[in-house]
Amino acid sequence: MNKVTSLVLAGLLAFAPALGLNGSALAQENPAAAASPALATPVDADPKSADTGAPADSADANVANATAAAPAAKVAAPPRTRPTEGIGMPRPGEITLQEQFSPTGHTARWLHDVMLVPIITLISVLVLALMIYVMVRYRRSANPVPSKTSHNTAIEVIWTVVPVVILLAIAVPSIGLLADQYRPAPKDALTVKVTGYQWYWGYEYPDNGIPEFVSNMLPEDKAKANGEPYLLAPDNRLVLPAGRPIKLIITGADVIHSFAVPSLWLKMDAVPGRLNEKSLFIEKPGVYYGQCSELCGARHAFMPIAVEALPPAQFDQWVLSQGGTLKGATAAPAGSMGPQQGSSLPGPPASDAGAKTL
Amino acid sequence: MTTITADHHGDHVHDHDHHDADHKPAFFQRWFMSTNHKDIGTLYLIFAILAGLIGGAISGLMRAELAHPGIQYLHGWAQMMDGPGATLDQAYHLWNVLITAHGLIMVFFMVMPAIIGGFGNWFVPIMIGAPDMAFPRMNNISFWLLIPAFALLLGSTFVPGGTGNGAGTGWTVYAPLSTSGSAGPAVDMAILSLHIAGASSILGAINFITTILNMRAPGMTLHKMPLFVWSVLVTAFLLLLALPVLAAAITMLLTDRNFGTTFYDAAGGGDPELYQHLFWFFGHPEVYIMILPGFGIVSQIISTFSRKPVFGYLGMAYAMVAIGVVGFVVWAHHMFTTGMSVNVKMYFTAATMVIAVPTGIKIFSWIATIWGGSISFKTPMVWALGFIFLFTVGGVTGVVLANGGVDDVLHDTYYVVAHFHYVLSLGAVFSLFAGFYYWFPKMSGRMYNEFLGQLHFWVFFIGVNLLFFPMHFLGLSGMPRRYPDYPAAFEKWNSVATLGYEIMAVGVVIFLINIFWSLAAGRKAEGNPWGEGATTLEWTLTSPPPFHQFETLPVVD
Repeated sequence: MNKVTSLVLAGLLAFAPALGLNGSALAQENPAAAASPALATPVDADPKSADTGAPADSADANVANATAAAPAAKVAAPPRTRPTEGIGMPRPGEITLQEQFSPTGHTARWLHDVMLVPIITLISVLVLALMIYVMVRYRRSANPVPSKTSHNTAIEVIWTVVPVVILLAIAVPSIGLLADQYRPAPKDALTVKVTGYQWYWGYEYPDNGIPEFVSNMLPEDKAKANGEPYLLAPDNRLVLPAGRPIKLIITGADVIHSFAVPSLWLKMDAVPGRLNEKSLFIEKPGVYYGQCSELCGARHAFMPIAVEALPPAQFDQWVLSQGGTLKGATAAPAGSMGPQQGSSLPGPPASDAGAKTL
Repeated sequence: MTTITADHHGDHVHDHDHHDADHKPAFFQRWFMSTNHKDIGTLYLIFAILAGLIGGAISGLMRAELAHPGIQYLHGWAQMMDGPGATLDQAYHLWNVLITAHGLIMVFFMVMPAIIGGFGNWFVPIMIGAPDMAFPRMNNISFWLLIPAFALLLGSTFVPGGTGNGAGTGWTVYAPLSTSGSAGPAVDMAILSLHIAGASSILGAINFITTILNMRAPGMTLHKMPLFVWSVLVTAFLLLLALPVLAAAITMLLTDRNFGTTFYDAAGGGDPELYQHLFWFFGHPEVYIMILPGFGIVSQIISTFSRKPVFGYLGMAYAMVAIGVVGFVVWAHHMFTTGMSVNVKMYFTAATMVIAVPTGIKIFSWIATIWGGSISFKTPMVWALGFIFLFTVGGVTGVVLANGGVDDVLHDTYYVVAHFHYVLSLGAVFSLFAGFYYWFPKMSGRMYNEFLGQLHFWVFFIGVNLLFFPMHFLGLSGMPRRYPDYPAAFEKWNSVATLGYEIMAVGVVIFLINIFWSLAAGRKAEGNPWGEGATTLEWTLTSPPPFHQFETLPVVD
């Protein structure tokens, strides 16, 4: 009910900063609290995955990157997290949305499952019931003489006004959801740049000084050997912290791609010449798969996405293992993102948070 | 709704000796140089059926490949198309060519020619009591432009288009995939095809607007016009206003591709999003162009077979006008994930939902038309009833997709594919079949086979629902569109969809058998085979109508 209230409020006020009503909003504005000690304990990774989980080329790539970035760093990377069957990926024969692991995902799924699906089902059933009734009641054998009625102002007004009311009931929480999704990430959010290429993804961590590394699809045999779903599993994953606010900067290098992870309620086009921004908050460590969602040429279906969300401590370990620096530990490294992405500038107003044209 | 007082053409055709109303030109002159709206309508219908069979066969190829995960047939087809050395990448490109061709053929060469060119040409002049279209020669060029357009599109699949042969850009032809992403002449040919098809439609639209506004019989005021004529009038305005925008957008694509301009290239100060805005400014009205005449056809049929006038006639007419107007200001809901600002996204969410209101008026008015009627369930009526329910299902998923925040996860998934096939493949196509059976006796002079018609409906109804309903599940579960291969978790509903396609294909075969059987051996149709419910002017003429009708204009009370 709290969610409903906050959505309604958010919708009515569009952007009033009254969003603090929402518990998750507090969490996002106070990342220290969100990154609670409970999350800091290492995830109980399957011990086998430490030996067999990481594919050879992935390890090679990591080594290559680490060497390139900072030859001195010699921190071991945390073990590659094994995906949980049915989590962060489609389930066989599924008829609903994937389980959600972000605050906006919960809100949006609530809007879909609790409001939209019942409403559209009721409307469809109502129309079907009316049709069956008139077809049976007014078939020629039951009603040989047709009436001549062709107007009834009252009922015409009713079937105009009632849909308007239903649509308003949908629109208010829907607008609230949009406001929620576009709330800019806090100043200290981790910035990660995602670039779509024909036909792979590139990930860069300007805050940590980790240069871009690329993520290619795993061939079928390797995916199977890894215990990962073929066509969803890439070699290198986008490693992100769970429980910390994240700001994704998404762009395309050649044609338009779309960076999509259904279980994080995330889909943002990667458009050449644009930096699209998306704030993200992952609630639980895990592996969340996605696929390119804008037609981008021949291998459109073969550039999957995997987000590996680690507990913050392990994420820091991963950053160090890549030769990166921890944010705040040293001066912000000069990433390729340019100064406007740094944390010293105030966040953009909410209405402009979606896109910036270069 | 209207009473006809003066019409003697049923008698005229019998006195051949002193009247040439039914004098037909020789074969070549009649069919290749035709200026007769009925003959041109027939040509459009034949063209649309052939194009529909090609487009439908392409979807059959796609469903065969998608029945199970893995690449089953695609590589073999690529080797047939591009030679034995075709790579896997060429096979994937062929997939994109198939989806592109299916979309363009079904939109520009099946639905539009059938519903506007075919039924519009045949029945708009007759329904308003006019002898022909306002510009008969322009009508001829409208049809014949489609032939080179279609030839260019089909021909483009045999020339290089980037990774392989053919245009693999999707029917939306988004830049920069369609510019820097597709080297070779295939995309240029596809663009030129769209230019020519667009010119054909603009000429057609001018013709319909002029005809409807100027050539109505005495007494046929705008507010007495049959709803099918209203629907074509609104559609013609949508075509006239939307297609030039498409022409501009794809012209800039051509110059970006060939002459070094950078309208859609950020490196030169352009913007790929500009193309999407222009395309969808055309593309959204386009979906109403495909469905509004269907609304008109369904209104005529529901009224005829309920033996009742249409309920809330003015509301029905102006609901279509409202849909047409609002349809122009909702385009960016096709672009919710492109990175628009939140205010823009809120506007397009709200504006899109508004369209549900006039659509609801139409659905409820159709039910109210049946209410109190005396229904006979002839083939056209069952198709129209099927249309009402399936269009409702497609419409309500549109309300789901209208929510920008929800669309973030559904955009470019099979949920969208399910939605637009429910409103088009089950909406527009059902209205096409309804109209075809409704007017077949009038056009051909012979009755269709009622049993085959009913069988066609039920087989097709079961088939398309099995085909498209599971796509909602695939989309909710996250399966993206335009994929030749998919993770194993999506197999179940994909194989059900392919089964549905096979059933639907049987329905199409029944349809074709019905056409040929009825043309050859169908019972001769009287002028009005539908009885007192059929009140529009075409039913006052013989079946088929004389070559030239209404030499004495009918007077409408």
